[in-house]
Amino acid sequence: MTSIVDEIKKTAPWHDRHLLGLENLSAQQITTILDLADKFGAIAEGRSKKLDLLSGTVVANLFFENSTRTKTSFNIAARRLGADTVDFSASSSSLSKGETFIDTALTIEAMGVDLVVCRHQTPGAPHLLARHLRAGVLNAGDGTHEHPTQGLLDILTIRQKLGRIEGLTVAMVGDIRHSRVARSNIHGLTKLGAKVIVCGPATLIPRTISQLGVEIAYNLDEILPRVDCVNLLRVQFERQRGAFFPSIAEYAHLFGMNRERIKRAKDDLLVLAPGPINRGVELTPDVADGPHSAILNQVSNGLLVRMACLYLLARKAGN
Amino acid sequence: MRLLIKNGTIVDPANRVFGLADLLIIDELVSEVLSPGTETHADRVIDATGLLVCPGFIDAHVALREPGFEEDETIATATAAALAGGFTGIAAMPDTNPVADNRGAAEFVNRQAERAGNCRVFPLGAVTKGCKGEELAEIGQLVQAGAVAFTDAKSPVGNAEVMRRALEYTGMFNRPILHHSMVPEMSEGGVMHEGFESTRLGLRGIPAAANDIMTSRDIALAELTEGRIHIMCVTTEDAVSRIRMAQARQVNVTADVTPHHLLLTDKVMGSFDTLYKCNPPLRSQQHIDALIGGLKDGTITVISSDHQPFAIEKKSVELDAAPPGICGLETALAICAEALIGPGHLSWLQLISCLTIGPATVLGVPYGTLSPGATADVVLIDPDESWTIDASEFHSRSANSPFDGRSAIGRVVATLLNGTIRFQTRDF
Repeated sequence: MTSIVDEIKKTAPWHDRHLLGLENLSAQQITTILDLADKFGAIAEGRSKKLDLLSGTVVANLFFENSTRTKTSFNIAARRLGADTVDFSASSSSLSKGETFIDTALTIEAMGVDLVVCRHQTPGAPHLLARHLRAGVLNAGDGTHEHPTQGLLDILTIRQKLGRIEGLTVAMVGDIRHSRVARSNIHGLTKLGAKVIVCGPATLIPRTISQLGVEIAYNLDEILPRVDCVNLLRVQFERQRGAFFPSIAEYAHLFGMNRERIKRAKDDLLVLAPGPINRGVELTPDVADGPHSAILNQVSNGLLVRMACLYLLARKAGN
Repeated sequence: MRLLIKNGTIVDPANRVFGLADLLIIDELVSEVLSPGTETHADRVIDATGLLVCPGFIDAHVALREPGFEEDETIATATAAALAGGFTGIAAMPDTNPVADNRGAAEFVNRQAERAGNCRVFPLGAVTKGCKGEELAEIGQLVQAGAVAFTDAKSPVGNAEVMRRALEYTGMFNRPILHHSMVPEMSEGGVMHEGFESTRLGLRGIPAAANDIMTSRDIALAELTEGRIHIMCVTTEDAVSRIRMAQARQVNVTADVTPHHLLLTDKVMGSFDTLYKCNPPLRSQQHIDALIGGLKDGTITVISSDHQPFAIEKKSVELDAAPPGICGLETALAICAEALIGPGHLSWLQLISCLTIGPATVLGVPYGTLSPGATADVVLIDPDESWTIDASEFHSRSANSPFDGRSAIGRVVATLLNGTIRFQTRDF
């Protein structure tokens, strides 16, 4: 136990003040985070949940977009490290009073915040904060751009379940166009040597995404036999402008993961879903709760990955 | 009063003049261009050694923001910025509040311009009431109030039947329609060029096709109605070739580009900096190359600053919320020089043509030349001066320029209106 904490304390210093996306991280940096997350996992199994690694650190959660899961996860992660947290959500904010986004963040920072965790509906909003704040900024999802901790937790789950990342084939299925999860996964997985296939309705896959080094597929049944993992993106009804596919039923028919499709896949196929899942749309309940699914592992890994990221950034901010 | 501008290089594209000569101005008018060193009496002499002596620039569409948005710009500050940028005549966009869709609104622009006493201002009238694209504005009365052309500014006239009638109606007064040729339903919510960069950044893109389609429609309607259409801010390769083909069949279509669309690509959006957000969006190098091709062969005859000033607080927000536009009057020449002269794409004669007689011809105003008898609106340019753009020194009320801090070569050093120096960066 103590020895793991000592190991964690020996982690080499982190060089970036902010974590804005996986696109800008090296494979080495990603591996550092994953390894650290695994160490936090080992401690959690030892049942000593509360650490004092970040006592005195204040983490502000600035959520300008609704989120229960991610915000809760960041909150618990920060508290397990011994940090104090303050929550700020758009509904309780001054934004409705005409205060600009930057002013709001500066106000929060002036209260002595070391790290700002930011969720916002506009791509680049955390980058804007990073330019204006002295505090470290952690992107908790910026519009349809990136969601680095989600990408990291997906990759961590794959690494735990399948033992490696390099050489694997991972299919991201669904609304690629509007998915920050897809972008973060693509950057992280390809850097670590996996092959990524994006699969979904053509209206939801920008063709230029192939320039990120991914394969584009429109037929899930055809690619299933050669993938090691499918990551089923949530159909984001709220992000869609206009009709991108004819009906939910047709979507589920073409791209939903069900028992028949499991049969076409490798025996040890890993099924991920970033959640919250629409049961019966992206996947049927028997798949969601079945032996291939690692959905609940993702949730617990989310906590570990966020602890790792907060720890690395807080140490950087403290220097 | 006889003013002699000596030893400069006269650049007068309207008369295809480029060479060392002296310019004699008597009172408010150009008298003649004299061979260098010709002896003549002058009350005052300006030594323009090393300088280009050009007609004052004309800008075909500038947002002056007054009335309604005085926090961004006023007619007084915009016209001061114009003089600092070498512009002696600017056409005022009608997308103010209220919209310039009636005689009184156009007369207000004239009166405020007169009060400011800086450069000339040509009112542009709205095509449709409120720039809403539904009912025709009072075009005939706007013409009587001095409107030189018609435009709904950044709001495309989406309804083809409305545009058809507008072209027929404005044709009656021989006035052009300046159109923001963009399919509205394909650009709604878009913040940048659609391509790999928009995919990478997760930002909503505006495909080039949104401009290509509307440009084609506009050309077809100009052909049908024999009206005059001018496409503002062309940004796409396909639009340039469609305009080129239409001109070959004698369709009355002209076009302009902006300096920033000639220099910056969509790659700059990776900074998520709202100063780069403009409408139409910055596109890729392939499109820039086509725009330059269009300038070289005369398909595009006008460069407009598309001056869109915005108060800093409006731009200090998230990319989705920020209004599109660049404060451009005071950097236009430097950016054009960097994009076109530096790499050798255009000669000075060609560039100055796009800033003078090109826009004057589209607007039908009697400026943009140094012909004998012309109004003595003159700009002096030092083509070799190295300087640093400093947005905090803009005469404009706004400073939303992505070029702040940029090193530039080529600068407006003096602007004369009616034969009098109204702006200068050095003593003469």
